[in-house]
Amino acid sequence: MIAARGLGKRFGAKRALHGVDLELPAGGFAVVTGPNGSGKTTLLRICAGLALPSEGELVVGVQRAQVGYLAHDPLVYRELSALENLELYGRLYRVPERRERVGILLERFGLWDERADRVSSYSRGMTQRLALCRALLHDPALLILDEPYAALDAQGAELLDAQFAELRGERTILVSTHEPARIESLATVRIALAA
Amino acid sequence: MSYLADVRALTRKDLLLELRARDTLPAMLLFVVATFVVFHFALPAGSSRLAASGLLWVAIVFTALLGLGRAFVPEREQHVFDGLVLAPCDRSAIWLAKSLATLAFLVAAELVALPVFALFFNGLRASTVAGVALADLGICTVGTLVGAMAVVTRARDLLLPLLFLPLAIPIVIGGVGASVAGDPGRYLGFLGLYDALFALLCWAAFEYVVTE
Repeated sequence: MIAARGLGKRFGAKRALHGVDLELPAGGFAVVTGPNGSGKTTLLRICAGLALPSEGELVVGVQRAQVGYLAHDPLVYRELSALENLELYGRLYRVPERRERVGILLERFGLWDERADRVSSYSRGMTQRLALCRALLHDPALLILDEPYAALDAQGAELLDAQFAELRGERTILVSTHEPARIESLATVRIALAA
Repeated sequence: MSYLADVRALTRKDLLLELRARDTLPAMLLFVVATFVVFHFALPAGSSRLAASGLLWVAIVFTALLGLGRAFVPEREQHVFDGLVLAPCDRSAIWLAKSLATLAFLVAAELVALPVFALFFNGLRASTVAGVALADLGICTVGTLVGAMAVVTRARDLLLPLLFLPLAIPIVIGGVGASVAGDPGRYLGFLGLYDALFALLCWAAFEYVVTE
């Protein structure tokens, strides 16, 4: 699904990523770890197609429509409600039976009762749950998640654990995290980036 | 059909955001009306209609610049641009929707501003109104593309006018010509040609602007 050789990225004179090799087959679960500034987010952005590598080769075996990406930022509009945000993305991603799918995800991540509230009134944890709903909305074949446990409370983290357990083996998953122990048992590929 | 549905959904989103946040339109309205008030008192008594026409176009261009500067603020503040770019829709739909929303704000501001101008500066020719309508199209198509380029840079507030104003000079020439010339037809034609040409260029170029 993802094959990378000698992947690197420079921002001007600054080297953000260097010499990363990655072989993630379909159905695999890759965990990316490393200290702050080691290039985890850059690697994930490159794999998602949001940035171009400065060096190396990368092949991602799915089209843009089949990538679900969770970033540090939730990528949702604060002045829209959860429902409006997911409706918008559902339209753009051509999600079949969109309203049903949106409802299922909001229910699963505990946001159904707040679905009509503006995102600006959400806590950081609720916004992260919404961001997960957005990333999963179109049932992507490749899930790229940057620090998915950030800001989640214990209940939210358990919901995400359950989601990973459900998707493992069926979807290809690439996750960066500072808490590798939590998903260590799911990992089929481990990438440790150095600072 | 799905392209138009994407444009509709994205335009609706922009109008809804403005309806809730009220960030852009009130600022544009206040600016354009205040400009006319200042011009009204700044122009010497007995100034020509030609001078007033020039001032109208100065006010329109800078009011549009105010709106364009805010066009991508929601996407920038919440980094939503990444989410939109990743969606499988044609990326030019993002540009078209944003242009339409900006056009709606500019036209709404002008619906108030033009009567105020007519009141302060002794009327308004039909050819001026036609020129403004055509100029609006060019301003929004070009300005939205430039706004998307500027929004990802740190010097966006400087870059937007620097890139936009040179591209807006033909619009000002066409607009002023349509306002003051005895035969405004050729200036209106020029504005129409500018609109068509730059709409096509911007539509084709947007994909490359949002791709690293």
